[in-house]
Amino acid sequence: MSHKKLAMFDPALLKPAIVDSFRKLNPAVQWRNPVMFVVYVGSILTTALWAQALAGQGEAPAGFILAIALWLWFTVLFANFAEALAEGRSKAQAASLRGLKKETLAKKIKGANATDTWVTVPATDLRKGDVFIVHSSETIPADGEVIVGVASVDESAITGESAPVIREAGGDFSAVTGGTRVLSDWLVVRVTVNPGETFVDRMIAMVENAKRQKTPNEIALTILLVALTIVFLGVTVTLLPYSMFGVSVAKAGTPISITVLIALLVCLIPTTIAGLLSAIGVAGMSRMMQANVIATSGRAVEAAGDVDVLLLDKTGTITLGNRQATNFLHAAGVKEAALADAAQLSSLADETPEGRSIVVLAKDKFNLRGRDVRELGAHFVHFTAQTRMSGVDLDGREIRKGAAEAVRAYVAERGGHFPPEVEMIVEQVAKRGSTPLVVAESAGGGARVLGVVELKDVVKGGIKERFAELRRMGIKTVMITGDNRLTAASIAAEAGVDDFLAEATPEAKLKLIREYQAEGRLVAMTGDGTNDAPALAQADVAVAMNTGTQAAKEAGNMVDLDSNPTKLIEVVETGKQMLMTRGSLTTFSIANDVAKYFAIIPAAFVTTYPQLAALNVMGLASPASAILSAVIFNALIIMFLIPLALKGVKYQPRGAAALLRRNLAVYGLGGLIAPFIGIKLIDMLIAVAGLA
Amino acid sequence: MTTHAWLLLGAYLVILLLVAKPLGIYIANVMEGRGFAMRLGGPIESVLYRLGGVKKDEEMGWLKYAFAILLFNLLGFLAVYALQRLQLWLPLNPQAMANVSPDSSFNTAISFVTNTNWQGYGGESTMSYLTQMLGLAVQNFLSAATGIVVVIALIRGFARHTAKTIGNAWVDLTRITLYVLLPISLVYAVFLVGQGVIQNFDAYKNVTTVEATRYDAPKLDAAGQPAKDDKGNAVTESVSLRTQSLPMGPVASQEAIKTLGTNGGGFFNANSAHPFENPTPLANFIQMLSIFLIPAALTLTFGRMVGDMRQGWAVLAAMTLLFVVMAVAAMSFEHQGNPLLASLGTDTSVGNMEGKETRFGIADSGLFATITTLASCGAVNSMHDSFMPLGGFVTLWNMMLGEVVFGGVGTGLYGMLVFAVMAVFIAGLMIGRTPEYLGKKIEAYEMKMVSIAILVTPLLVLAGTAIAVMVPAGVAGIANPGAHGFSEILYAFTSAANNNGSAFAGLSANTPFYNTLLGIAMWFGRFGVIVPVLALAGALAAKKRITASAGTMPTHGPLFVVLLIGTVVLVGALNYVPALALGPVVEHLMLGLAH
Repeated sequence: MSHKKLAMFDPALLKPAIVDSFRKLNPAVQWRNPVMFVVYVGSILTTALWAQALAGQGEAPAGFILAIALWLWFTVLFANFAEALAEGRSKAQAASLRGLKKETLAKKIKGANATDTWVTVPATDLRKGDVFIVHSSETIPADGEVIVGVASVDESAITGESAPVIREAGGDFSAVTGGTRVLSDWLVVRVTVNPGETFVDRMIAMVENAKRQKTPNEIALTILLVALTIVFLGVTVTLLPYSMFGVSVAKAGTPISITVLIALLVCLIPTTIAGLLSAIGVAGMSRMMQANVIATSGRAVEAAGDVDVLLLDKTGTITLGNRQATNFLHAAGVKEAALADAAQLSSLADETPEGRSIVVLAKDKFNLRGRDVRELGAHFVHFTAQTRMSGVDLDGREIRKGAAEAVRAYVAERGGHFPPEVEMIVEQVAKRGSTPLVVAESAGGGARVLGVVELKDVVKGGIKERFAELRRMGIKTVMITGDNRLTAASIAAEAGVDDFLAEATPEAKLKLIREYQAEGRLVAMTGDGTNDAPALAQADVAVAMNTGTQAAKEAGNMVDLDSNPTKLIEVVETGKQMLMTRGSLTTFSIANDVAKYFAIIPAAFVTTYPQLAALNVMGLASPASAILSAVIFNALIIMFLIPLALKGVKYQPRGAAALLRRNLAVYGLGGLIAPFIGIKLIDMLIAVAGLA
Repeated sequence: MTTHAWLLLGAYLVILLLVAKPLGIYIANVMEGRGFAMRLGGPIESVLYRLGGVKKDEEMGWLKYAFAILLFNLLGFLAVYALQRLQLWLPLNPQAMANVSPDSSFNTAISFVTNTNWQGYGGESTMSYLTQMLGLAVQNFLSAATGIVVVIALIRGFARHTAKTIGNAWVDLTRITLYVLLPISLVYAVFLVGQGVIQNFDAYKNVTTVEATRYDAPKLDAAGQPAKDDKGNAVTESVSLRTQSLPMGPVASQEAIKTLGTNGGGFFNANSAHPFENPTPLANFIQMLSIFLIPAALTLTFGRMVGDMRQGWAVLAAMTLLFVVMAVAAMSFEHQGNPLLASLGTDTSVGNMEGKETRFGIADSGLFATITTLASCGAVNSMHDSFMPLGGFVTLWNMMLGEVVFGGVGTGLYGMLVFAVMAVFIAGLMIGRTPEYLGKKIEAYEMKMVSIAILVTPLLVLAGTAIAVMVPAGVAGIANPGAHGFSEILYAFTSAANNNGSAFAGLSANTPFYNTLLGIAMWFGRFGVIVPVLALAGALAAKKRITASAGTMPTHGPLFVVLLIGTVVLVGALNYVPALALGPVVEHLMLGLAH
């Protein structure tokens, strides 16, 4: 999808964002953000006060009121800009997706046979249940399920993965996505969704709805922000009578002006977080899209941040899909090299991953080079369900490899015996969680067992560190596998997962999820098969693989276009980042108020009580410049924090306490100190420029 | 800070923390209907329930619980109001005290029902013994019980999960009164009598003094307000007296619950500064101890009931740390004395003794003032109005923290838990999880209730003060000109809305204007918080409980304690900094300049 990464302030995005910032001055738009609406009203009021001052009735010098009014308007515009920029980025993503929706034609057929005649209709006319045929180099017109045929499909438009994938009727690879292209052969597809509900539609909707549908935490935070705004409204409104009373008893100075009160109010209310709040949400969804994950809602992404149990399939997620040879364990009286040689010979023509891994191991260990089977004049014996062995016949010598049972029968048939020490090796290998492959040869009427090749489930590189990371985040990992308990336990130990479910059936998975949920945990899982659907539906966060079946995709609340099961970890991180960014900026915003009080309170009342100048700890030049500096700082900080809002607070997989300590230090303490420095600097600039 | 002050504070903390845990666990047992007390009091309880038609096993949802609490307190208000209005015709009135005016009765009734015990009247010159005992003392018990049962309901909200109910209000009120407040008060009152606190129904005694007393009394105008000359200074007249009337009454019985229930309404106008209420330093120490006793114990009741004592200790630690800082500040500021007096050549080495009793001195007065203002008690053994500007600032600031540092019985803990929810909410977001406290997710509804509970009080304080400084009736009550006059009004509304009840005595508040406005502030400062707190309790009880993991923010460690303290201080500061700047802060700065 969006492979072209957009720079933070891409010029292509800036211009429309600036235009949008002004368009968003519409009161109906402002009303949706109550905190910024207060600033908006404040801007209008100060502008009116400026007009009044121009008319000679001013409560303060017209220049000062104008400066305050302008910077209040900037505050509103900066917040608009942050939102517009975030939206612009996601709109760019949506636009590239919309390209996929270009008018395609569908070859609709009546029956379900490739030989049926088709009628060409626009793709938008297809309805759920309709059947169409699509030939090579044509675009698939709609999401659906293959009912007949096998074809290679280029899904790079959706997934960004250039290698074509195979789609075929039946099984777990039967789902096709509208907008992708058939490269070879043909497919007969039954449409599974109505127009407007397709994948691409959902992606576009997700991007465009991000700002409208507030997530639960966003709603709760907004309530807190509104509450703070009400408090500060109370604080500033009551300050006018206090000031008037002060003036009357001290018989000095003038009551605080409305302009200064509005400036104080805007500085105190949490404009920083309120101005960036919707940008954070939109940017979070954008990041999900960049990770090639489609979420049905922001709620789902947020829930991912809360997950504390992760169910992962063993195969493909924790281990590489295939077992690999890791060891040659020879029988008594047989050299290890001889065993390796025999095993290699028997595997030369074996195209299974296991077979190839034996060849590789033999080369690594004994420098046995690959030989051409045909050159040797060897006859390769394929694996069959009956013999349960494969091997090679060469110059009257037969080499066979297979499961212990099959080889025992083979040796016994030829008058040999299965030595007890090999029996023990087989047992030990099985205990280790590996698969024993017994190698035997028969030549000159006798047969003997050469030894055992240990085939091991190889745990993916780096996965153990990933799980350790998750553990630090407080997330428990559970491996799901169809293997027996022994094998499962050994792989679980090697991969470093916290728990495992062996001999897993769909029912067992569902039961496990329900048990965790009853304990009050949030469970995430990935799945692709139809039999995963019930468990996906039960899990709190369910990521379906794009290669998976339609049923799985519908049951999940996210779809991973890359079909990468470890993507779940990134999803969790994105969810957490969204919350962390909101929390950190809220803390920052509130902590800022302390410095603003120190700037504005002495400035506002120093005419009544000159002693209050002692509170001017920053040594700001004049009351007017102090108030203006605070307002300017308040506006500029929104601009400064836009990159943080769009990128998100850096997430580090640490325990909750360590994470909180760090963020409190950076955003709490930083929020206390930063405005003291910022306001002082702005004040110095104003003083130098002689503006106030 | 003198050595005496440090020793006093140290001894106070040690004894308080020693008794808090056993009492806390005892309260938890009683409220859960367990323990030896139940076996003793069971029959009495049964009789009471039968009389009241209460089905003790029938629990209530939060709405019904809140309704019961409101009804109970409304009836209490009516009873106290009626007693005051009719006391002349009722028995136990040897001094033939007149019926109290409607506005004063209204104010006092609300004041005692809401556990504020703001006193616009002087006890010995206004109230009959019957009104004191049947009206005020009874409400001292019942308002304390109300506060405690509300926090118990909130704790149940945390402790229970997927539950529809939070307890039975009638049973809770009965139990806390019967098993906790009454027995402790009984022992405590006997102790006070031993120290010299009086307990009788005698008429006031007239005695001839050894020495004639001469003093300048403020002259009152026709309206009963202090008269002022053209320059706005108070007019005084010289008075000489050789006789003195010693007021009598059933003091000890009311004194015990006054501090134990963090009520603070004195039998006499001078409150705990009066020798008949608080005769000895030992009585003073026990009074201070009894103020924090139940609030401290309840934190551990909380720990016990949610099944994790560490949670209770963490809250107690946050309260204790804030308390120590405030106590040290108040005592230090008062020890320093008044620089203006020093410049006149007076010996101020002893500190600022204005408005303090010599039998208590600086340390015992400063500590008492800190405790009574932090605990929403409002009993005083010295005049806060006479404190140094910064000493007065501390008492004012203590109340502005929202009465959550120990705070009133029950109210302090539920206030602190509300702050804890808010702290956890922001912190939870900062670590990237939906915030949760004690396994309960904090979502929009909870934040709404928390916001209301935190919003109500500051808005009442700020708006009330604003109205008072704007209207002539409000400004008329001010005794001292300048910024101190503003501090007096600010103190009055802070005290009323936070249900503290102590006063900067300079303000003449027994006027229809202040009686009405402060009465409204007290009522909404109390029930405007209780209702959202009970709603919060109901919502929490209904939630599922989430198991803690390494990703859950721990709420029992030092980090949480710091976070909680930070939240309380920051919210207090943000609400009140401008008002404080125009009151005590500017007073202090003026003092420095004059010096």
